[in-house]
Amino acid sequence: MRVKVNVIVKPKEAVLDPQGSAVRDAMRHLGMPEVRSVRIGKFMEIEVEGSNGDLEKRLHGLCRDLLSNPVIEDYELKTSDK
Amino acid sequence: MKFAVIQFPGSNCDQDCVAGINSIQGLQADYVWHKETSLRDYDAIVLPGGFAYGDYLRCGAIARFSPIMDAVVSDARAGKLVLGTCNGFQVLCEAGLLPGALVRNRSLRFVCEMVTLRVEVPDSAFTRGLAEGTLLRMPIAHGEGCYFADKQTLQALNDERRVIMRYANDRGEIVPDANPNGSIENIAGICNREGNVFGLMPHPDRACDARLGSADGVRIFESMMQTIVARHARAA
Repeated sequence: MRVKVNVIVKPKEAVLDPQGSAVRDAMRHLGMPEVRSVRIGKFMEIEVEGSNGDLEKRLHGLCRDLLSNPVIEDYELKTSDK
Repeated sequence: MKFAVIQFPGSNCDQDCVAGINSIQGLQADYVWHKETSLRDYDAIVLPGGFAYGDYLRCGAIARFSPIMDAVVSDARAGKLVLGTCNGFQVLCEAGLLPGALVRNRSLRFVCEMVTLRVEVPDSAFTRGLAEGTLLRMPIAHGEGCYFADKQTLQALNDERRVIMRYANDRGEIVPDANPNGSIENIAGICNREGNVFGLMPHPDRACDARLGSADGVRIFESMMQTIVARHARAA
């Protein structure tokens, strides 16, 4: 079985996101003054072969160690069978 | 005295580091490829600037898992002097040897210019003989040099006098105008609690010859040398 894994990594609230601010300003400039804020993160699509019992636990471990930096980022992990 | 300069795929200041260190009498620098696993033969370790592993994912995120990093971490924990400049600073943060992280410059621009640094801690392993308030000139060249740490970490860094250098103006004032990248409290360089691991965003390696604009970087390498000599003298 193949498992599809989606990981979203976002900058923490306390961390400045100048990229998000620049995009927010551009959106306002392009006719949407209602935009309050934009935060820019990363979306990762991962495919995993097989699904033994501790797969999710190992994925969380890698999210903390590699895919995100817990000092500046939060992550969300979702898995679904393909 | 031998310094190791680690080469990751994508390092691009390794030659500056080796040339800078070798220009100082009494020091010899060797390149050490990231696939090596021991740094036993070296008195100090330098992680150079560049874009290790293309800075993919985050700056330093993949480099920190290079085989040599086990030796860097264990030698650092054993007290060996470790200097990370620019990308090297980012790798040290990702590896957990230094607190906090370096994020995108607030301006969103890659900054490449000469800056003034104010020495905040005069007696560190990396600033021996430099009085508090000494101003050093060094170049910076980075897109992700904005130092971030949460409130608690920042408090600890200040209380424990671990902010070694801050960006300052020509008069030595720590002001927003002198901050090239948005780092909190103008932080340019910090050390670990034990004081033997130093991360610095500016490039001492590119400031080792007055003909190239500044030789102030020499002071950092000389300070490391003096610290090691003093340790050997104590041990003898």
